[in-house]
Amino acid sequence: MGEQAAAVIGTGQTRHTTKRHDVSIAGLCREAVDRALADANMDIADIDAVVLGKAPDLFEGVMMPELALSDAIGATGKPMMRVHTAGSVGGSTANVAANLVRSGTHRRVLAIAFEKQSESNAMWALSIAVPFNMPVNAGAGGYFAPHVRSYIRRSGAPEEIGARVAVKDRRNGVRNEFAHLRQPDITLESVQASTMLWDPIRFDETCPSSDGAAAVVITDEHSAGKRAAWIHATAMRTEPTTYSGRDQVNPRAGRDAAAALWRDAGITDPLSEVDVAEIYVPFSWFEPMWLENLGFAEEGKGWVLTEAGETEPTGRLPVNPSGGVLCSNPIGASGMVRFAEAAMQVMGSAGEHQVDGARTALGHAYGGGSQYFSMWLVRSEKP
Amino acid sequence: MLSAPLEPGFDYTRSYGPLLGRFAAGLRACRILGARGADGKVHVPAVEYDPETAAALSELVPVSPTGTVRTWSWQSAPLSGQPLEQPFAWALIQLDGADTAMLHAVEAPGPEAMRTGMRVHARWAAERRGAITDIACFVPGEGPDERGELPEVPDAVEEMLTSPIHLSYMHSASPQESTYLRELAEGRVVGMRCPVCRKVYVPPRGACPVDGVPTEEEVELGDNATITTFCVVNVPFPGQRIKPPYVCAYILLDGADIPFLHIVLGCAASEVRMGMRVRAAWKPREEWTTNLANIDHFTPNGEPDAPFESYAHHL
Repeated sequence: MGEQAAAVIGTGQTRHTTKRHDVSIAGLCREAVDRALADANMDIADIDAVVLGKAPDLFEGVMMPELALSDAIGATGKPMMRVHTAGSVGGSTANVAANLVRSGTHRRVLAIAFEKQSESNAMWALSIAVPFNMPVNAGAGGYFAPHVRSYIRRSGAPEEIGARVAVKDRRNGVRNEFAHLRQPDITLESVQASTMLWDPIRFDETCPSSDGAAAVVITDEHSAGKRAAWIHATAMRTEPTTYSGRDQVNPRAGRDAAAALWRDAGITDPLSEVDVAEIYVPFSWFEPMWLENLGFAEEGKGWVLTEAGETEPTGRLPVNPSGGVLCSNPIGASGMVRFAEAAMQVMGSAGEHQVDGARTALGHAYGGGSQYFSMWLVRSEKP
Repeated sequence: MLSAPLEPGFDYTRSYGPLLGRFAAGLRACRILGARGADGKVHVPAVEYDPETAAALSELVPVSPTGTVRTWSWQSAPLSGQPLEQPFAWALIQLDGADTAMLHAVEAPGPEAMRTGMRVHARWAAERRGAITDIACFVPGEGPDERGELPEVPDAVEEMLTSPIHLSYMHSASPQESTYLRELAEGRVVGMRCPVCRKVYVPPRGACPVDGVPTEEEVELGDNATITTFCVVNVPFPGQRIKPPYVCAYILLDGADIPFLHIVLGCAASEVRMGMRVRAAWKPREEWTTNLANIDHFTPNGEPDAPFESYAHHL
């Protein structure tokens, strides 16, 4: 069985928001599933297999939610599996679904990911004090803030770069009907005046806590029509959270995944060849950090692209025209939203935040302590 | 090996959605509702999506609080949090008017009082909150029926349910970490060197993350260290053990090849720098246990800052 071409033919997401008290977890997932199926012009009965992605169970306190959700996501009588790679899981879930089609195992696969942060408190869940250790953990921001400081020191980036990313992404969110935060009036000054949460990360440079779900329908070429985002390459890499000499600013797993992705997609100069990128940026400084990790800029120079406005919607490489994770963070779904937004861009279905002429797009996600990376490269043309 | 309890807990806040919200409102009013499936089957407890077709369901129908035990098992030693404190039966009960059986507890004097096919009815909790636990348990015999005194089905929707979950683990340290913790209880910080890469890990590891073998050669480390990088935590959150603001820093002890996280006191947060030299400030000896918290904090030791190159590869 040779490799099959695979394409995204439908995407769906919920309007991400702080509290979706009007629906259950199942109802939230189903909203995204129904939208993705409608976008693909399919019914649940047309789906051959279902892949569900979900961040740590402690976030909602539901063990093995994939079993409780199998009715809602249309998995009855079909192969179903759950993927878990922390915050990158939405991306990994889309990659697993893509590879079920590319391998010829299934023809039409539904991938779905969710988080209902309002049912719990992610900072609590990420800060459980383990016996014998200092209870210093303070959520994801507390984990990443020291590494942001290291990046600023290593790169010599001007202090306002983080604020510039926040202004760009929050303004981008205004043009995205599904974005949680939309702040048309945000300015560099207002970001810099916002509360310092985990110095050097400010409140306005931090993602919100969102309830939301996302889904994509991936099929082989027999089921794909003209409107499709063809998957040219997928990549995932992992590394331990800590080891002596680990580079926490520019992790090797991310560099290796990107190198594999560009190689498999036949891309030699990512900055010239990629039209738009949806990159997982939960704290604003991660835009320049991941631009370097992904190979869009040489080490220490990612901030130069940001400063020059090249990551604006009109720039050389628009980054997160959807507003990104800084506007919406349903953790388990956030990676899939990146992947779906990349697909929407090359399908021309991104609405008001469509990048003109986008034909090649990157979807990217990371998770844990920058230890899981997943990415895909989609194009409007078939491989 | 050292072990200690780890007991995370949280009061999760569930939202029911429209269909389960009506089911829960029924329970609060002492009525049990089922969801009518695409094929006409009545599912109790109510389900939001048809188990066969995945269709979203919307029709709820009242069923009887009386039903038939389809199968059961005996819980001879109830656990904390279970429906009854004395021994009881777990049973699959098909209520009259329902096509599916639901799991609940049956109060009975002993297993000899239980049999498949027996009739049981719901006993309601005195205080109800719109949850499945509003049915305290089932008891043998017929209950009231529609010709009797059943309450009306309410026209109400429950929105939220608070669901406390508490887990109880015993967390064990690896043999290597246990050695390190016992040394900490004596006021010493001991790392271990990986026999392959020769890096000194503190805490020591059951498996070196690079080479996969246990760290073994003990290396006593002093109290002096370099701050590689840090942040200032200003955010309060549930379960937090240290009152913000505090400086959370990666501390690279002299002689170690990996930093660990600790807090820095003894100077203003604004004075803390990457490369700052610090030393361990230990708690009074009588407070020492097998815990890194024996070091109360790190504090500036007055030495000149370490050059960036000396710790750059630990960032």
